[in-house]
Amino acid sequence: MKPLLKRLGLQGRTAVTAVPYLWLLLFFLIPFVIVLKISFSTSQIAMPPYEPLLQWTGDKVMQIKLNLGNFAFLVEDDLYWKAYLNSIWVASVSTFFCLLLGYPIAYAIARSNPSARNILMLLIVLPFWTSFLLRVYAWIGILKNNGLLNNFLLWIGAIEQPIQMLQTDFAVYVGIVYSYLPFMILPLYANLEKMDLTLLEAAADLGCKPWQGFLKVTLPLSLPGIRAGCLLVFIPAVGEFVIPSLLGDPGMLMIGKVLWTEFFNNRDWPVASAVAIVLLLFLVVPMMYFQRAQDAEAGGVHR
Amino acid sequence: MNQGRNLFRTLVLILGFAFLYIPIVSLIVYSFNSSRLVTVWGGFSTKWYGALLHNDQILNAAFLSLKIAAISATLAVVLGTLAGLVLARFGPFKGRTLLSGLTTAPLVMPEVITGLSLLLLFVTMEQIIGWPAGRGMTTIVISHITLTMAFVTVVVQSRLSQMDDSLEEAAMDLGARPHKVFFLITLPIIAPALMSGWLLAFTLSLDDLVITSFVAGPGSSTLPMVIFSKVRLGVSPDINALATILVAIVAVGVAITGIMMARQQQQRERDAQMALAANQQMIESVKKG
Repeated sequence: MKPLLKRLGLQGRTAVTAVPYLWLLLFFLIPFVIVLKISFSTSQIAMPPYEPLLQWTGDKVMQIKLNLGNFAFLVEDDLYWKAYLNSIWVASVSTFFCLLLGYPIAYAIARSNPSARNILMLLIVLPFWTSFLLRVYAWIGILKNNGLLNNFLLWIGAIEQPIQMLQTDFAVYVGIVYSYLPFMILPLYANLEKMDLTLLEAAADLGCKPWQGFLKVTLPLSLPGIRAGCLLVFIPAVGEFVIPSLLGDPGMLMIGKVLWTEFFNNRDWPVASAVAIVLLLFLVVPMMYFQRAQDAEAGGVHR
Repeated sequence: MNQGRNLFRTLVLILGFAFLYIPIVSLIVYSFNSSRLVTVWGGFSTKWYGALLHNDQILNAAFLSLKIAAISATLAVVLGTLAGLVLARFGPFKGRTLLSGLTTAPLVMPEVITGLSLLLLFVTMEQIIGWPAGRGMTTIVISHITLTMAFVTVVVQSRLSQMDDSLEEAAMDLGARPHKVFFLITLPIIAPALMSGWLLAFTLSLDDLVITSFVAGPGSSTLPMVIFSKVRLGVSPDINALATILVAIVAVGVAITGIMMARQQQQRERDAQMALAANQQMIESVKKG
């Protein structure tokens, strides 16, 4: 009786594991294999707009047509390289400013009254619950030539002519920092809040000034939080599409926009797939770092 | 010195929250502006709200988005809870690393990649097995489940690993079968996490533009798609009115959840006090006896 039950229990476990596993394999992993496959195919005017890789050419001969042209195209046309490099640059600068802004905020909250902390953190994540698209849209009204910010600067007399801010790189940086700031603050706060404050007291007893204590104790201890926050901002920011298309210059090269254009405007699915595969190659290392950090944080390893 | 530090902290918080909230407040203020020029004040008016009520395109899109968000959030909670349970409770097993990778990758994967890959999957599936026929609500729901279940998994997994598992062990020792332990012990304890997971999944689904644009078919335009096509042409006051309504819904939702949580907390404290008092009485009666 007992082994039977045990076996049943085990089967229950298998079923519980299998359901989410199969879902993710089918709808998350296999799609990437298909993207890889289509990135090697040739575009044609049909639906779907690409030629099959495998073809029966009569006489039971199967022909495999691998087309490396899409990748060669990405290398030859410097538009793609510039877009990749520019996206990585924009994402890096935005991540840096997110950290510069998010760290003091996370620190200030982590060192506030315990009763105030939860409310302050709720206020940090609250904007995240309202539409991302509409929050980016709000910046159009603030940054445009007769927008809030220019009107304010004119009113206090800091400038005499409105400054062009919308449709510049500056606007894209503001948009990314604004939208992703909660993602930076959350892991930083989780880290700083857990920190053992007696370490700082010990440092002070040993003659450390407060700023030395911060640099030598707090900052090194918060590195895991910094790493998690930066990855959480950097990786999605590289492929960002909405922010550069609403706030940036129409000619601004971002790879997310390029992929969108190849797919929707040029209807070149194979090239769009190749763009996605190369972007994925750029991001696979930071993603693996993130996964390891996430797994350690979620407490999966110690069991 | 301490005062200086307090001042610095207050200043940082004021500036930080100003940065986070000024754009949202500006959206709300200008939704009551009678001028079409959005940022030029032309007097108080609620006419954009009226215009919104007569905009069938926006109303239909909003209804479709709400339907999709409710269905995908519910299914994402089921799948995400299973995945979180497996990752937090089943210990190491073959393929665990892959599962944990598959649940965290959608959190950071650029949406253009996820969207493109899902569309190509649906097209291929249609060619091979004839399902899903065409693209529309079904494909959008499947995509949103895949995206949002990752968030639910993280919430559930971290709640489970914080939770004291001695209660589960006690129930097992008393002879409860695993599924009974899950439904009677684990599920009620992690219910708040499931609730916040559902809300998160719901908002993410309601908000998604990029993945949805890839997998939507003709005639299945969701609210973000309609907003995006309008906003691309510049600011428009009825979008401000729409934003204000969404902000108000979120504010009410948060307020209700907050009150419910505070009540539960009070109830728990009252129960604890009553238990304590009963205990005290028992000790006293034992002493007397």
